[in-house]
Amino acid sequence: MDLSGINPVLLIASLMVAATPLLLAAIGELVVEKAGVLNLGVEGMMITGAISGFAVAVETGSPWLGFLAAAAGGALLSALFALLTQVALANHVASGLALTLFGLGLSALIGQSYGGQKPPAMAKIDLGPLTDLPVVGPILFGHDPILYLGIAIVAAVWALLKFTRLGLILRAVGENHEAAHALGYKVVRIRVLAILFGGACAGLGGAYISLIRVPQWTDGMTAGVGWIALALVVFASWKPWRVLAGAYLFGGVTVLQLNLQAAGIAIPVEYLSMSPYVITVIVLVILSRDKSSAPGSLGRIFHASS
Amino acid sequence: MSQPLLSLKGLTKAYPGVIANNDISFDIGAGEVHALLGENGAGKSTLVKMIYGLVKPDSGTMTLRGDAYAPAEPRAARADGIAMVFQHFSLFDALNVAENIALGMENPPPMRDLASRIREVSETYGLPLDPFRTVGDLSAGERQRVEIIRCLLQDPKLLIMDEPTSVLTPQEVEILFKTLEKLRAEGTSILYISHKLEEIRRLCDTATILRLGQVVGGCIPRETTARDMAEMMVGSALKTPERSGRALGEVALDISGLSVASPAEFGTALKNLHLTVRQGEILGIGGVAGNGQEELLGVLSGEIPTEAEAVKLAGQPVGRMGPTERRTLGLLTAPEERLGHAAAPDMSLTENALLTGAVREKLEHRGFLRWGAARAFAEKIIAEFDVRTPGPENAARSLSGGNLQKFVIGREVLQDPDVLVVNQPTWGVDAAAAAAIRQALLDLAANGAAVICISQDLDELMEIADRFAALNEGRLSEPRPTEGLSVDEIGLMMGGAHGMEVANV
Repeated sequence: MDLSGINPVLLIASLMVAATPLLLAAIGELVVEKAGVLNLGVEGMMITGAISGFAVAVETGSPWLGFLAAAAGGALLSALFALLTQVALANHVASGLALTLFGLGLSALIGQSYGGQKPPAMAKIDLGPLTDLPVVGPILFGHDPILYLGIAIVAAVWALLKFTRLGLILRAVGENHEAAHALGYKVVRIRVLAILFGGACAGLGGAYISLIRVPQWTDGMTAGVGWIALALVVFASWKPWRVLAGAYLFGGVTVLQLNLQAAGIAIPVEYLSMSPYVITVIVLVILSRDKSSAPGSLGRIFHASS
Repeated sequence: MSQPLLSLKGLTKAYPGVIANNDISFDIGAGEVHALLGENGAGKSTLVKMIYGLVKPDSGTMTLRGDAYAPAEPRAARADGIAMVFQHFSLFDALNVAENIALGMENPPPMRDLASRIREVSETYGLPLDPFRTVGDLSAGERQRVEIIRCLLQDPKLLIMDEPTSVLTPQEVEILFKTLEKLRAEGTSILYISHKLEEIRRLCDTATILRLGQVVGGCIPRETTARDMAEMMVGSALKTPERSGRALGEVALDISGLSVASPAEFGTALKNLHLTVRQGEILGIGGVAGNGQEELLGVLSGEIPTEAEAVKLAGQPVGRMGPTERRTLGLLTAPEERLGHAAAPDMSLTENALLTGAVREKLEHRGFLRWGAARAFAEKIIAEFDVRTPGPENAARSLSGGNLQKFVIGREVLQDPDVLVVNQPTWGVDAAAAAAIRQALLDLAANGAAVICISQDLDELMEIADRFAALNEGRLSEPRPTEGLSVDEIGLMMGGAHGMEVANV
């Protein structure tokens, strides 16, 4: 066993990469749930984003176009969910589960000819002397742009929900859709927009796995990250910065246990593999012991009665 | 007053199977408090929704200050100076007062300015309110202040109030009236909807009475008796429940030293409760909603377990028992919320009769259901309590509020309870049905059962209860005989006015 092979700086830098898909998916779902919609289709939207991003990046040679396509793909699939739940008034839970199964199947179909290919790499940003700084450089200034975009989205969502009128209306719609309707707000329109945003974020998260983290295409490669994202939103008490902290914790333990496995530590591999899930859940359960505040209308079907 | 502020002409709105409003015409003058009276289902709510732009009329016109007025949405109505305080508060529990108010405004100022304007307006009208408190933590009276201030900040010309006093203590009602009178003096018109005829006689200048979607008349409330107005609403003579003298028996139910936390997030814990009810007695428990009524019902029904000795039924400790065991012993309950708590909305009346009647009416046998007997029981309830429904196979949801309430109360009364606990037995029920329910409770007590009636309707408690106690923040006042109890004393028992001040007019 040799723990000296684990470099803390590289560990932190790689945990940020490991956490980004989860972060993107979870922040999108947070907005959706704040609007009162429970979309369990995150996994399906992620995998759809992963393959649409991968395919477009391979065909065009541009990772940027790939990410754009991933966001569009995720949003398109979520539009189906919006159609089912907001227009046809279908049950949120059943529609979300169906969306995941549909997304997994659809992505496998599109991805048939992409197995074993290598996507174009996205350049890491280079801030010259800043990136060359010891310790701080690799952690803060040596990543790809999408990772920063993820953090920026978290900050933007936090500010939107806290400081803007749009954020207030979104929270109001999620808290009590009948009252919001009585005051004359367009409940369905706001929810559809939130669902599309959530789909785009999940798509980006999926493409981050297939274009940067892994990078290649295999069936079902999101491997349950969408489900973790759903749990993360709940355990983070619907607070954006807690989502970030939870995602980094999960990413951190994931990377750490891989390093420990490589170092040959005398713990069975199965325990190490389950540790990210167990530790993240325990920490977030303890954090969310204060008044956990689910949006009042979460998952309830809205039907304007006039 | 030559030109009315708002005049309605021939407004009609039909829903599948029912004409909610049929050719409604009347005027609301400037600076006038206009009462809109009618039973449940008379079409009051639909009418105000049309004025507020939530519902579009099928035909008819409205004229506001001489110009045609047809709001496409509430936003347009608000822009034209029409504001509305809803019956079921349209507030967001998890948001704070200022955020709630901002949501009801077209162009809210930044939060800090808004907070100071809220303070300013709330003090002018004697409705003190902290802009940064979470609405979920406020009392019903305070929540209503939020709604009223939300309206006042927009400087309305017409304020619509849908049953504003049903959740207030007498002192709070007094303060509300002072505020409304101040508004009237400033030239604001008020359209006031209420069941409470004495309030209307005190406050309103004119009244329009609706019955079955049509205007059946108007009157000057000050010059009309409450009884006459009630009979115009109902369309027939009114029967008042009769109390018959009865002897009290043994102590049927005894609660001592009961303290229990609320299972609900914004609920109220019960603190050191003591009460006894004797056979043949009706104990009325008043108080503003959210002061522990739900919890008290939960404790008595068995939904909230307590220490065994805290609740005793005829001397036997039942605190640890669940609802079914208590039912077997003769302690029955009818909770407040009809759809979802007292009855399962999508199940038929037969099934709903089975849900609470299975044990006492022997509707099950070794785990198998006796559908024939259950149906007969449901039919008996429908017949004896005059429940208007095509038959027991209809879903509970399809009944109107008053009819379902008669069914829910009848279901418990007919099981011949030793102790019956009801919460808000006539809430949202029209005058005739309410009288029938009260009479049933009185008859039950006359036959020797003990009845606990939790209600916010003080007139109701004064009418049927032998003793009265009030719940305030989870504490129960000392029960006192209702005879000779004055409104002021009741108000004090209910905890006064929750820190409200009278408007500095």
